[in-house]
Amino acid sequence: MARKITYQQAINEALDQEMGRDQNVIVMGEDVAGGAGSPGEQDAWGGVLGVTRGLYHKHPGRVIDTPISESGYVGAAIGAACVGMRPVAELMFVDFLGVCFDQIFNQAAKFRYMFGGKAETPVVIRAMYGAGFRAAAQHSQCLYNLFTHIPGLKVVVPSNPYDAKGLLIQSIRDNDPVIFLEHKALYTMEGEVPEEIYTVPFGEAAVVREGHDVTIVAIGRMVQKAQEAAADLQKQGIHCEIIDPRTTSPLDTDTILESVEKTGRLVVVDESHPRCSMASDIAGLVAENAFGSLKAPIRQVTGYHAPVPFSDALEELYIPSAAKIIAAAKSVKEYK
Amino acid sequence: MSDIHTITMPKWGLSMQEGKVNGWLKQVGDAIEKGQEIVEVESEKIAGAVEAGVSGVLRRQLAGEEDVLPVGGLLGVIADASVADADIDAFVADFQANFKPAEGDAEDQGPTTQKIEVNGHKLRYLKRGEGGEPMVLIHGFGGDLNNWLFNHEALAADREVYALDLPGHGESTKDVGEGTLDALADTVVAFMDAVGVDAAHLVGHSMGGAVSLTVAARHPQRVRSLSLIGSAGLGEEINTGYIEGFVSAANRNALKPLLGDLFADSSLVTRQLVDDLLKYKRLEGVGAALGTLSGKLFANGRQNSVMADQLASLGKPVLVIWGEEDRIIPVAHAQAVSGRVQVEVFGNRGHMVQMEAANDVNRAIARFVG
Repeated sequence: MARKITYQQAINEALDQEMGRDQNVIVMGEDVAGGAGSPGEQDAWGGVLGVTRGLYHKHPGRVIDTPISESGYVGAAIGAACVGMRPVAELMFVDFLGVCFDQIFNQAAKFRYMFGGKAETPVVIRAMYGAGFRAAAQHSQCLYNLFTHIPGLKVVVPSNPYDAKGLLIQSIRDNDPVIFLEHKALYTMEGEVPEEIYTVPFGEAAVVREGHDVTIVAIGRMVQKAQEAAADLQKQGIHCEIIDPRTTSPLDTDTILESVEKTGRLVVVDESHPRCSMASDIAGLVAENAFGSLKAPIRQVTGYHAPVPFSDALEELYIPSAAKIIAAAKSVKEYK
Repeated sequence: MSDIHTITMPKWGLSMQEGKVNGWLKQVGDAIEKGQEIVEVESEKIAGAVEAGVSGVLRRQLAGEEDVLPVGGLLGVIADASVADADIDAFVADFQANFKPAEGDAEDQGPTTQKIEVNGHKLRYLKRGEGGEPMVLIHGFGGDLNNWLFNHEALAADREVYALDLPGHGESTKDVGEGTLDALADTVVAFMDAVGVDAAHLVGHSMGGAVSLTVAARHPQRVRSLSLIGSAGLGEEINTGYIEGFVSAANRNALKPLLGDLFADSSLVTRQLVDDLLKYKRLEGVGAALGTLSGKLFANGRQNSVMADQLASLGKPVLVIWGEEDRIIPVAHAQAVSGRVQVEVFGNRGHMVQMEAANDVNRAIARFVG
């Protein structure tokens, strides 16, 4: 029986093992060493939620606290990647990416193309995303779709501890810029994780559950919600297949299409706003390529086209729930 | 009431907590012989059949196709035709009222795997049972101790039985050193030293059979008997397409058809089995370990070490078990052996005969070791 650790520990272990293996791997960001008002040495906190705790002492000089300037240190990480380092920059909340749009979208993502394939930018940008923490509209968004839209970026959204470790190691070893997004609500999730180093390749979806009635494609934290829903639906005689794309760019379109060709029904679950989302992207993919297999209209279960509310009652309503997924799956199953 | 017997959801492997009913092989009212297969069940890892523990009549089916039950949950009831329906209903009601599925994580229940340091490297193993003449189960190329999930508990009914992960496999060290049969055999002996086993009945599957033979040749005093299942080392032929494909397969689509070759019934390969093997193959060092082993043991499309003609001179009791439909190592190798050898060939089974015909294999080995 493999050992169980949390999602947060899995991320820490991936960073630790890769830093141990490769001296070029560095970690930088706001409070990644110190934090919580400490001087940053003896009581290093390791980030706002302690994800990088312990790395500062194990890897002296390679865990760098930065000023509160995302545009500055994300740019510095991208520059360091261009000259041979493998930086892992932490953006804290993905909502803060707005101030470093140019560095990520227009520089890191374009270097390989603009320099005729001669430049590599092996940078990883980690960030927390997602609602459910009463952190209000500026700290609660799901923005993987923005990065997915940009060619030249790879976008990773792990849903469990095993994938978090393997995908982060793969991200660090990848020679292109990778956006690695961690849902805050998953940090305490436990799962079996090998102690050894391993990788999970990009562009390979996981089939989390097999079923023949309805395909549910769910992203990040929504995989958990889909599993809750599917367990309930099973008791009602509806057998759902759950697909976790794991990376939204590249996207494993084959696994999604093959599943829909089998079930004929699709529900996409995406915590982000509905417009120009992964939900609409995957719905479009299936409508265009598997239309002949569909027995019912595609259903999207998403947040709303509205800022994430601060009110706890409203925030709970905002987040896609198992109940909403169950209702969507039943509606496509019963569609005539 | 003691004439009423339950058929319950089995526990196949440490992680199994529930199973799905795939279909009934016997209907209510059918006469059942002890040992007959009654109902097909699937865990997340593997599908198999549940055998009747007693003879009688199948009186109730309490779970339908696709129903998911916790381990220990009531699948059906066997009783003599003379037992009254009312008594059976009362028995079922009583069982259901008192049944509590095991709670919590699987590792809280029963034996768990352990790690032990052998020659500076970690090996994982699982021990079941106590006393008796010890037995060691040795898996094949690319396998691990879970290959024995249908066998380990049954074989451990009256002895201590160890299943280990060989170097390069499972959760053991990925350092296979030279990657020779001699090196693997010496590791097995060092493992036996470490767990305090002086001499054991060795049960080896595929490459693990060749390892067992090598232990017997190099350290005869450590071996009481050999049970060789779909074993390497008894002939030159081997499906190198499988070996090479397994070493190079990097994703599910490449791996799944190969795994189908392991079983007579390819539908036994579940998605979870494929995913678990992919997880193993993606561990750092596994690619190199498998490459080294296959290069040493199966170079040039042949098995490089054939010990069939040494069986007699080993002076050990030998049981050879094969699946007739083995697509990895041909069943002809079972017929070519000579000496003090018992041979059991099971029709309509493949290379993983210890999984596909678990109950038959368990009985054959138990009879053989006495």
